Amino acid sequence: MPGSTFAEKILARKGGKDRVQPGQIVTVRPDHLLSHDNTSAIVEKIAKDLAEFGVADPDLHVIVLDHVIPAASDKIAAGHKAVREYVRRYGVRHFYDIGEGICHQIMIEKGLALPGMLVVGSDSHTCMYGAVGCFATGIDRTEAAALLLTGETWLKVPTSIRVGLRGRLHPAVTAKDLVLTVIRGIGADGASYQSVEFHGALGRLTVDDRLTVANMGVEMGAKAATFEPDADVLAYLDSIGASRESYQPVWADADAAYERRLDYDLSALGPVVARPHTVDNVAPIEDVAGTAIDQFFLGTCTNGRISDFELAAKILKGRKVAAGSRLLILPASRDILQRGIASGAISALIEAGGVLLPPGCGPCLGAHLGVLAPGERCLSTANRNFKGRMGCPDSEVFLASPATVAASAIHGKITDPRKELTR
Amino acid sequence: MRAWRYGDDVNTDMLFPGKYTYTCAKPDEIRPHLLEDLDPTFAANVRPGDIILAGRNFGCGSSREQPVVGLKAAGIEAVIAHSFARIFYRAAINQGLLLIECPQAVDAWHEDDEVKLDAALGTVAVGGQTFSFPTLPPEILAIREAGGLLPYTRAKLRSRKK
Repeated sequence: MPGSTFAEKILARKGGKDRVQPGQIVTVRPDHLLSHDNTSAIVEKIAKDLAEFGVADPDLHVIVLDHVIPAASDKIAAGHKAVREYVRRYGVRHFYDIGEGICHQIMIEKGLALPGMLVVGSDSHTCMYGAVGCFATGIDRTEAAALLLTGETWLKVPTSIRVGLRGRLHPAVTAKDLVLTVIRGIGADGASYQSVEFHGALGRLTVDDRLTVANMGVEMGAKAATFEPDADVLAYLDSIGASRESYQPVWADADAAYERRLDYDLSALGPVVARPHTVDNVAPIEDVAGTAIDQFFLGTCTNGRISDFELAAKILKGRKVAAGSRLLILPASRDILQRGIASGAISALIEAGGVLLPPGCGPCLGAHLGVLAPGERCLSTANRNFKGRMGCPDSEVFLASPATVAASAIHGKITDPRKELTR
Repeated sequence: MRAWRYGDDVNTDMLFPGKYTYTCAKPDEIRPHLLEDLDPTFAANVRPGDIILAGRNFGCGSSREQPVVGLKAAGIEAVIAHSFARIFYRAAINQGLLLIECPQAVDAWHEDDEVKLDAALGTVAVGGQTFSFPTLPPEILAIREAGGLLPYTRAKLRSRKK
């Protein structure tokens, strides 16, 4: 009998079984449930039930207000107020108010997503925590509501794809180019219902890099996208004060059975851009270079970490954003913002003409700040470029790495970052 | 049944734009914006009992559940597609909206063809041809049969209390 994949191992552990097989349905008790501004809609569904049954576990729920912050209207403000009232009434310990950061970054920084854990979240990019060896997947609001009442849900054991990595990235080519290249290869539904495991070359992808890759797992349809919790992950977790006794790492057996195997040589990758309006509409930068851009967007939960801003600042320091275009800067958390201020990266980007936004999700989904006008184009480091995604169905969103966005901002058009960052 | 036909990768922003996600949660607020950026004629003309036919990866993108809640409230009988994105698929189970993976039925359809669905039997008839599709495993069917996840959960909690 072959060994087990990461997904099989963790779902067996969480489902109380010795071993599970793909297709099997297991009842699990997740370690955490994440929700954000949508918490108000979630708890409203079950207001009477909460009064009757209470919450299953006050420590299950993590709430981060991040999607439309600070409130853009009285209706949004009322939603935030309802969330704060719920937090007080039910004693929710893991609550982060506006300004702390984007929920996914907070889950990582606060040590709420750890190796060997199972986390579900009422947000599709919950899969990001796979970067630290956590099985993490998105669910809808109704399932989140039921979880508050029972603490349990069901999951089908997925088949797995093994992605082998080797080589080393060029300094101007990033993990964003890697994940967009993978999505280009397998398509926006290429990993539907599947667990994607990343193996090999790990010492050459930083924890930040892995967060970018895992974040976009859902853009290839994956249920989870996970990296081995290696020494780099453990060192990162030490640095945030997560004690090694608080988690038990799990990883795939060397002889696990995969439905598909893919291999990438990092040193062969070049910068790529996802063109409107699907994430798998990916082209080498040479094919889109010269495309005029109105708005540049640097940051988000996909690429709003300190290494992303430092890379962008290296390119933009002492330069200016091209006249006629604009640059938005959005750090993924308060901690990152403070580090970026301390290191000078954020000031360099502001000096270049950048506009600093609070750590939140608003621009990515066209809900708040940075909305595009009809006919405009945005080059963004976010994770989606769907039609209407940034608030206007007649605008276009292109996705790229922080290096590509920074290099392009200097010229007001899509530019190969290898021209601006040679070493 | 009347059918609406769409292509591949119909994402949740097309089904219900993200800009309304935190201001519209109730079925009546959702309905006017259904498919707004994909097919502006849909919301005004959809009728109870209609079905949607689509290509691959229907419902990809955000975990927002307004698309499912809205389609259910509009009376959509079922969505038949080549394939569905997983969060959307779960959300549909949780709201009791029927999703059917049956590429042959989608491809057999021509403009104005009638679609006849027998969910219990697991068959769909399109333009004179009948196709069968797999029914859900019993654990999951129980959720839909209870009317969705919340009624199912309430029943479970009450039986535990006794």
